[in-house]
Amino acid sequence: MEEEVRLMKGNEAIAHAAIRYGADGYFGYPITPQSEVLETLAELRPWETTGMVVLQAESEVAAINMVYGGASTGKAVMTSSSSPGVSLKQEGISYLAASELPALIVNVMRGGPGLGTIQPSQADYFQATKGGGHGDYHLIILSPATVQEMTDFVALGFDLAFKYRTPAMILADGIVGQMMEKVVLPPQRPRRTEEELRAQCPWAACGKGDRKNRNVVTSLEMDSTKMEQNNLRFQETYRLIEENEVRCQEYYTDDAEYLIVAFGTVARICLKAIEEAREKGIKVGLLRPITLWPFPKKNIGKLSKQVKGILTVELNAGQMVEDVQLAAECRVPVHHFGRMGGMIPNPTEILEALVTKLSIAQ
Amino acid sequence: MTREEIIRPENKVYARPELLTDNVTHYCPGCSHGVVHKIIAELLAEMNVADKTIGIAPVGCAVFAYNYIDVDWIEAAHGRAPAVATAASRLNPDSLVFTYQGDGDLSAIGTAETIHACNRGENIAIIFINNAIYGMTGGQMAPTTLLGMKTATTPYGRTAELNGYPLAITNLLAQLDGTCYVTRQAVHTAAAVRKTKAAIKKAFQNSMAKKGTSVIEIVSTCNSGWKMTPAQSNDWMAEHMFEKYPLGDLKNE
Repeated sequence: MEEEVRLMKGNEAIAHAAIRYGADGYFGYPITPQSEVLETLAELRPWETTGMVVLQAESEVAAINMVYGGASTGKAVMTSSSSPGVSLKQEGISYLAASELPALIVNVMRGGPGLGTIQPSQADYFQATKGGGHGDYHLIILSPATVQEMTDFVALGFDLAFKYRTPAMILADGIVGQMMEKVVLPPQRPRRTEEELRAQCPWAACGKGDRKNRNVVTSLEMDSTKMEQNNLRFQETYRLIEENEVRCQEYYTDDAEYLIVAFGTVARICLKAIEEAREKGIKVGLLRPITLWPFPKKNIGKLSKQVKGILTVELNAGQMVEDVQLAAECRVPVHHFGRMGGMIPNPTEILEALVTKLSIAQ
Repeated sequence: MTREEIIRPENKVYARPELLTDNVTHYCPGCSHGVVHKIIAELLAEMNVADKTIGIAPVGCAVFAYNYIDVDWIEAAHGRAPAVATAASRLNPDSLVFTYQGDGDLSAIGTAETIHACNRGENIAIIFINNAIYGMTGGQMAPTTLLGMKTATTPYGRTAELNGYPLAITNLLAQLDGTCYVTRQAVHTAAAVRKTKAAIKKAFQNSMAKKGTSVIEIVSTCNSGWKMTPAQSNDWMAEHMFEKYPLGDLKNE
C-alpha cells in the first residue's frame, strides 16, 4: 500500500496506521467510544495481507494479557479501549512495565468515574501519567490533537516502546477518536521477519531456536536486593526518556504575557480562544504537551519566567494543572479551568475563564 | 566391577531428563509438581520440540516452573496464562505453547480466560494441577476443595452453605466445542505416571497438529497444605479426591 489521503475518524485511523506500521497483533474488547478500532481491523482483514493477528478477547483483562503474551515473544502488539476498560487493564500494564516489554495501548477517554458517560473526557490524566497500576513505573504517554496525530502516534508509540522496552500509550480524548478529518496514511511497512525479530529482541521468549540459553519473561524477583536493582534499572530508563523524548508544541509564545497549557483537542479549542483574546489585545500563548509523560517541565518552567499567569484548560476537575504548578515553581499563579462529565468548553468560555482567573484587566 | 563398568549406556534404564535444570526446586518433598515437571521435560526432549516450546507459568506453587525446565517461558499474571498463551500461540503458530496452572489460578481467578481460550479452540495444551488447595499462599480453600476439607480459610471444613460446592471445571471444559482432548490423570503410582505421560504427549501432539485445546487435569497431592505425610496424601487422594474427580478421558477426538 502506498501513501494515501483519506477522510476518516481517529479510531479508524488507529486501525489503518497499525496495519501500515506492520504491527503483528491487536487484541481488544468493544467499548464506546473506541469500538471502531476493532471494527475497522475486522473489516480490513489484515491477517490475509500482512499476517497481522486480530482478536476480540473475552474482556479487557484478557486483551491486555494477550498483549503481554505477544509482547513477551517480541511481537509488535497493541490494544485499545476507553476509560473503564483501561482501568481493567492496569494490572496487565504494570506487568508489561515490570517485564520491560514494548507494547502500545490506546485509551480513547470518556467521562468518569464509574461507568460515567460515553462523551469525551481527559479525566484519566492522573491514571495514565502517574503509572496507573501498582508499583513504581511510567508509560510514555502521547496526546494526539488531530486525526493525523492519531495515525502518526501509532508508529511513534511502537518505535519508542521498542527503543526503551517499555509500554507506550496514546491518550486520546473521545473527540479525536470520533471526529473525522483528512489524514495522510503512511505507506505499508513490512512486518519484521522472524530473523529480524530475533536480532531486535534477543530477550524474547519465542522458543529457544538456535539460542544457547532460555529466555524467561517475568516480573517476579524474590530477592529484594535484586528487585531493588530492577527498580533502579527501570528508573534509569525513565530518566533517559525524560531526557530525550519530551515533545510539545508552542503557539504565540514569543510575545506572550499569559500562557494557556492544554492537551489533545482542547488545545485546538484554546487556539480559537487565543485568537479572540489577541483581537482584544490580550497577549496569550499556548503550550500543548504532546508527551504528557515525559512532561515538558523545562519548556513550561522557561515560559513561567516570561508570563504573568498560567491557565490550564482540561476536560477534568484539574489534573495536569498539578504538573504545570510544579514546573512553574510558584513563579506565577497557575489556575485551572475544566469541564467534566463529557461537556466540552467553547472558546468564549475559555476566554472568560482566562480573564477572570488570571485577573486580566481589560 | 568398577563404577564405570556398571554405568554403561546399555545398562542405563533411567536418567535425569536433560531439560531439567540443575536448580534446586522449591517444591515440598512428596509434592506432585516434581513428577509432572519431569514428565514434561522428558516429553519435550523425546518429541524434539524443546527449541520451539514456549511455556506459560502461573501464579501459584509452579510460579518458578521457568527455573526448572530449560525452555523459553513467560510468567503470567494470576489466572491469565490462557490469554497469554493465546497470543503467544497465534503470533508464533509454529511453536508448541503450553500453560501449567494450579486450581486457584485456572478455576478461580482465571475461569474466564480458561473457558474462553478452550472455547476458541486455541492450539495450546493446558496442564492443570488440581490439589484442592492454594499451596503457595499457605493452604487456603480452592474452588476444587472438597466438602468437609479443612484449609486455612475453612478451618472447620468446607461447607456448601458458606463456600459453595467443589468445582469440577474439567467436566465443563470437556463440553466446549474448542477442546479436542480433555482428560483427568494422577501421578501417585508408577502406572499413573505412565498414563499421565501418554496424556501429555497426546496433548502436545494435538497442539502441534493444530487440533484445538487439550486439557490435562492431574489430580495431585499437597502434603504440606493437607498436613499429611506424602504417603498418607497419596492414600487420602485415592480415597477422597477420585470420587469427586474420577480419572480417565472426558473427551478424546
